Amino acid sequence: QDNRVSIWSAGDLGNAGLNGEYHGEPHLLCDIQHNGDVMDMQFLDRERIVVASSTGTVTIFRHHQNNQTLSANHRWEKAHYHVDQDTSCGGAACTGVVCNNPEIVTVGEDGRINLFRADQKDAVRTIDNADSSTLHAVTFLRTTEILTVNSIGQLKIWDLRQQRNEPSHIFSLAGDRVPLHCVDRHPNQQHIVATGGQDGMLSIWDIRQGTMPVSLLNAHEAEMWEVHFHPSDPDHLFTCSEDGSLWHWDTSTNVSEKPSFLHQGGRSTAYLSHSTINQSVVSAWLSNDPTKDRMEITNLIPNQTLSVNSLDVLGPCLVYGTDAEAIYVNRQLFA
Amino acid sequence: VVPGADSSSRQLCFAWGPAEVLVCETLFGRAGASRSRAGAAAPALTDAVAGTEDGAPSSSRVFVVRRDQDIYIQTLRKLFNESHGIFMGLQRSEEELAGKSRKAQLVQVSKNYRSVIRACMEDMHQAAVSTRDPALQGQYSTQVSILSAMELIWNLCEILFIEAATGDLSAAGPLLLRLLDWVRLHVCDVDSMVREVLSSESPSKHKLFWNVVDVFVLQGRMDEARHLLSKEASANPTSMNMYRILDDLMKKMPVPSLSNTQTLTELELKWQHWHEECQRYLQDGTFASNPHMESICKILLGDEDAILEKKELMTTWYHFLVTRLLYSHPTVKPMELRFYAQSSMDLFLGGESSPEPLDMILMAAFEFEMHQVIKECSIVLSNWWFVAHLTDLLDHCKLLQSHNLYFGSNMREFLLLEYASGLFSHHSLWQLGVDYFDHCPQYGRVYLELHIERIPLSTEQKALKVLRICEQRQMHEQVRSVCKIMAMKALRNNRLGSALSWSIRAKDAAFATLISDRFLKDYCERGCFSDLDLIDNLGPSMLLSDRLTFLGKYREFHRLYGEQRFAEAARLLLTLMTAHIAPCSFWMTLLTDALPLLEQKEVIFSAEQTYELMRCLEDLTAGNPDKKKFQDDDIETTKVEMLRLALARNLARVIVKEGTVEGS
Repeated sequence: QDNRVSIWSAGDLGNAGLNGEYHGEPHLLCDIQHNGDVMDMQFLDRERIVVASSTGTVTIFRHHQNNQTLSANHRWEKAHYHVDQDTSCGGAACTGVVCNNPEIVTVGEDGRINLFRADQKDAVRTIDNADSSTLHAVTFLRTTEILTVNSIGQLKIWDLRQQRNEPSHIFSLAGDRVPLHCVDRHPNQQHIVATGGQDGMLSIWDIRQGTMPVSLLNAHEAEMWEVHFHPSDPDHLFTCSEDGSLWHWDTSTNVSEKPSFLHQGGRSTAYLSHSTINQSVVSAWLSNDPTKDRMEITNLIPNQTLSVNSLDVLGPCLVYGTDAEAIYVNRQLFA
Repeated sequence: VVPGADSSSRQLCFAWGPAEVLVCETLFGRAGASRSRAGAAAPALTDAVAGTEDGAPSSSRVFVVRRDQDIYIQTLRKLFNESHGIFMGLQRSEEELAGKSRKAQLVQVSKNYRSVIRACMEDMHQAAVSTRDPALQGQYSTQVSILSAMELIWNLCEILFIEAATGDLSAAGPLLLRLLDWVRLHVCDVDSMVREVLSSESPSKHKLFWNVVDVFVLQGRMDEARHLLSKEASANPTSMNMYRILDDLMKKMPVPSLSNTQTLTELELKWQHWHEECQRYLQDGTFASNPHMESICKILLGDEDAILEKKELMTTWYHFLVTRLLYSHPTVKPMELRFYAQSSMDLFLGGESSPEPLDMILMAAFEFEMHQVIKECSIVLSNWWFVAHLTDLLDHCKLLQSHNLYFGSNMREFLLLEYASGLFSHHSLWQLGVDYFDHCPQYGRVYLELHIERIPLSTEQKALKVLRICEQRQMHEQVRSVCKIMAMKALRNNRLGSALSWSIRAKDAAFATLISDRFLKDYCERGCFSDLDLIDNLGPSMLLSDRLTFLGKYREFHRLYGEQRFAEAARLLLTLMTAHIAPCSFWMTLLTDALPLLEQKEVIFSAEQTYELMRCLEDLTAGNPDKKKFQDDDIETTKVEMLRLALARNLARVIVKEGTVEGS
């Protein structure tokens, strides 16, 4: 198996054309071999990238921008492992990584949470058996608290200041314990959290209150792999799924003037009014006001075939990758 | 030939797998003498893998022989992925479009495939140029030439089969034009020469000048030829007269046009006229002083010998064929091609060299033997990609009669199945194979069922993808099988929560029971529950299996006890036994758990409940007189006695309590 971590250049901003298609394909700047599947990765700072591997190893790569090369800066072998660390098949996949320079938190199939610091050789803290099932994703809630989701449908808050190895709070879905695969926190309002499940359902939680989600939105037809709030425009949410679609959820309130169905080329939009369980009036995501209760949802992929595994969004750019071994970059997201 | 396996020194045995063959050296020497070792009698795979046992001087090796090596070539992955997208688009495309628009659509699909091949060729070429390893470079260069041959064949098939056959058969004009384009595109050995001459300062003085003019004429590029000739004419005024006549002839040459403004007979008439004019000029000796121009005129007349003289410039027999047709039969119809093709090849090769596989394939195409083309390609190419996609496209054009192979499925399906099976041995391209199987109506599903179970499930994410595929196609057996594998793995790694979540996905009650037993065993050994976060939050999945329900309820009992809600705890405990939710083996533990409740200062169990408990105890002891182990005898009897004592005491207290009248 030949897996690589690669850096691509997606072209200059000045090249964008009239219809939003941008000219020039992304071209490869540099790449480096990686052992095992890349399960998750995140930029630690402008030059360093933390990569989680299916062998249970967490690696920091450094991107040297002057000569466009990648090198492995630091590696934590067997950060995640099953029962016996020394057997060859004892490695457990590391499923999620999140960074808050210089801290790095990783979670894996072994139900373990690791806290690393970028410059230290060993883990600062390890919570063994944090969960009896697989932890699928992790994200920071506050600088000292993290959120994890697992395969029995639970959202847990962990307080890293406390020494006890118990979550400070457990939330779970009502009904069937559908595994949750991804989690993201609202960039400005830290009590709003979105998770995506194996049945493609998007759940919005208010972690100040209750143990159940505020809204459940029927979204995709298969596992939702990633969910992201737009970092600077959090009225927009993006989800991608195994069914090959990537949805853009727009709750900005000036939507009500548009006609109910728009069909433009490969995009189709539909209105959905979501049912709510708890009531809160602060954010559009939690609001239940019927007149404002409309959300525009757009599928950004015209010809979907294979799964969209991952996405990321920053400013006007959206990038996503599919199982057809293709990366797509959309540089005019809000055109 | 398997490198390293020497069949002369050791006997080899093999075992078939879905995509691979395992070949291994057995313990038998060539002479057939068998070593006397237990189990060595049967040359089984396991023996060989065991390798060096005592006394064996050398270890045996196991070879994995893969059928399809090409799928592992990095640069070809783009080909597989992109063509998958095109294939899916074709399968989903509108069938209702009839006539011209459908044809245009099919031609577009064909062009898309070709552009993918070309893109791949480009990448491969880049790789060949940039690599420093000569072996790798050789490999890449070979690949480039294979891809280029594939594109050549595909292009010809597109012209002859898809464009010509689905369209207007009587339209003679376009065929030749397209063949000319085809030749110009693919016979490019002369390109560098052309470039050299054109970029030199005075082209007409260049030694290869006339070669380039000839090339243009042979490929029917009249304008370019005339342009070059004008340079010669201006440099050499004496031949001005000859030049003017030749130029005029070349300008006036009637060429079949794409727009079909002239009918066939018109064209033929004009052409005949023109041909005679050329003939006259030649016979008058107009060009006698300039042998180059004379030969050009002869070529214009379609003189085969003259054309054959320029063999090196044409490089291939099919170029010769097209040139010949251009200058002797410009109104050739598709069905007439076969006659000219064979003779062209014979004349060109002239008995010096024998035709190569590529030549045979192209010949078959010119003869409109589609099946022959596919068959030859299958033999020559190492990978099913080309024939599978081409056949599928031709099938969509409704050009293949249902040519049933002896084992039942038709050719298109057979090739697609072979191709997709090859994909399945790849650790990540197997996902493409799934879609191909979906579009094989007869055997696709069966193949998919067999293949999908054998994908190595290295991470949970991969397992989830496999499961989703199976669920979407209602392959329940495979869902159960995959979930069981993952659950067992999880169980072995002590991830009980994961194991439970897999059994919930498969709705596997038996496995859920297994997991619950494991939990209960842990509890009995350790005295406390592990993974409380799981058991406390089972929710409705508790109902999946009785044992799981018991586990959940039992934990609830502990919780209630911990919260000191003794009455509820007591009631729950009793229900667990009387409603037979608890397994018999656990009753003793439950009764022992009842002890502290019985010993409380406050009376908890009512008289009814106490009688129930006593009955349970009697049931338990009555049923087990023979089963008691000798070592546990004392402990068991002590326990039973203590229970009986506690129950009796409780009964006494409760009778008194219940009998007391709540008085003043």
